[in-house]
Amino acid sequence: MSIDHSQMQELLHAYVDGEVDLVTGREIEQHLRSCEGCRRTEQQIRALREALTSNAPAYRAPARLRRNVRADLRREAKESRVSWPGLVFAAGAVCAVLFFAAALFQNTRAPRNSIADQVIGNHVRSLLATHLVDVASSDQHTVKPWFDGKIDFAPSVRDLSSDGFPLAGGRLDYLDGKTVVALVYQRNKHPINLFISPASTNRDTTPALIARRGYSLFHWTYAEMDYWAVSDLNQTELRQFADLIAR
Amino acid sequence: MFRLTEPTRLTEFERQVLPHLDAAYSLARFLMRNDQDAEDVVQEASLRAFRFFESFRGENSRAWFLSIVRNTSFTALKRNRTDEANVVFDEELHGAQSSPMDAGVALDLAQDRQTVRAAIEQLSPEFREAITLRELEGCSYKEIADISGVPIGTIMSRLARARRQLQMILSKTYTK
Repeated sequence: MSIDHSQMQELLHAYVDGEVDLVTGREIEQHLRSCEGCRRTEQQIRALREALTSNAPAYRAPARLRRNVRADLRREAKESRVSWPGLVFAAGAVCAVLFFAAALFQNTRAPRNSIADQVIGNHVRSLLATHLVDVASSDQHTVKPWFDGKIDFAPSVRDLSSDGFPLAGGRLDYLDGKTVVALVYQRNKHPINLFISPASTNRDTTPALIARRGYSLFHWTYAEMDYWAVSDLNQTELRQFADLIAR
Repeated sequence: MFRLTEPTRLTEFERQVLPHLDAAYSLARFLMRNDQDAEDVVQEASLRAFRFFESFRGENSRAWFLSIVRNTSFTALKRNRTDEANVVFDEELHGAQSSPMDAGVALDLAQDRQTVRAAIEQLSPEFREAITLRELEGCSYKEIADISGVPIGTIMSRLARARRQLQMILSKTYTK
């Protein structure tokens, strides 16, 4: 219960950054109520953060650098020795995968399925890697601005708490070679990943089910944006979610 | 666990690490303070990361990659130390040690991008690093601590001091 003034000045930064535990947070809030000086400091920190981030001062890697890095990696990969047993194993694996892929997906469109696999891969990784969200908030007005400057399109972000799908947060992810928005919703402890990226077509479609590896997946296009919703939820509930978003 | 073959390793690296190239470049750019050095650093760091990729066991590929980028940057900074003394914000001179955040001047919210970048560049490398990772990349204190290789407490005080300095630099720009 005794935080001195200079400690408080430092702690306020951690408080504004959401990095203090509940107990300390409550102490700070109590202190803020009675200390005008610290209240002003808190506002100044928030104003500074806003000033720093509102104009997206982060740099982006130039295309030339991207090309150079890729070229370097290719060269390096070629020069390194390849282990023969590994190569044989890999070749076998590739043949097996090709065989099964050909058998399974003969009649379906390949590109969409390969993206569908990536979507599921991203979903699984997001659950494994304790990296479900970069910005954790149920407030769409916190989640949406977080993406500003990180991507070159503006996804619509809506909280669906009143429909039983509360927004949990968002993060950037990587899909089909592009940076995409991933919004995370919760349904009774089942996380739903919603991936959004600019579509290559301007033809709107309604949510279509793709079932893969025990996951349900809905894909649709709306207003030149591609949407992928994935979860281990049952199909009925996920369709309900997809319809709400697509509405 | 069998050894990854080269093509697999490359694909896996491109999938896990290359999405963080923007973050890597931004960090390097703020640390090195010019385009060419930043590009050199990122190119070198990417190659090093690729060589060490098999030792990457963690789950956070962004933090892992950024720590290699920051180490490469700091090595490069030490190598050409010549420019270091010039621009870095002098706390003693500005009395920022004692002055609290509420220096009295309200910050103009409409800071333009160039002003903000220039202000960050006046900070010391450690402070530039903390501010870039926290404010621009949205890293948690834990991630910043892992990337920079210092305890979380140090990150907390670095951020507090760096923000105090930024506050002074930016309010000076706008009261001139």
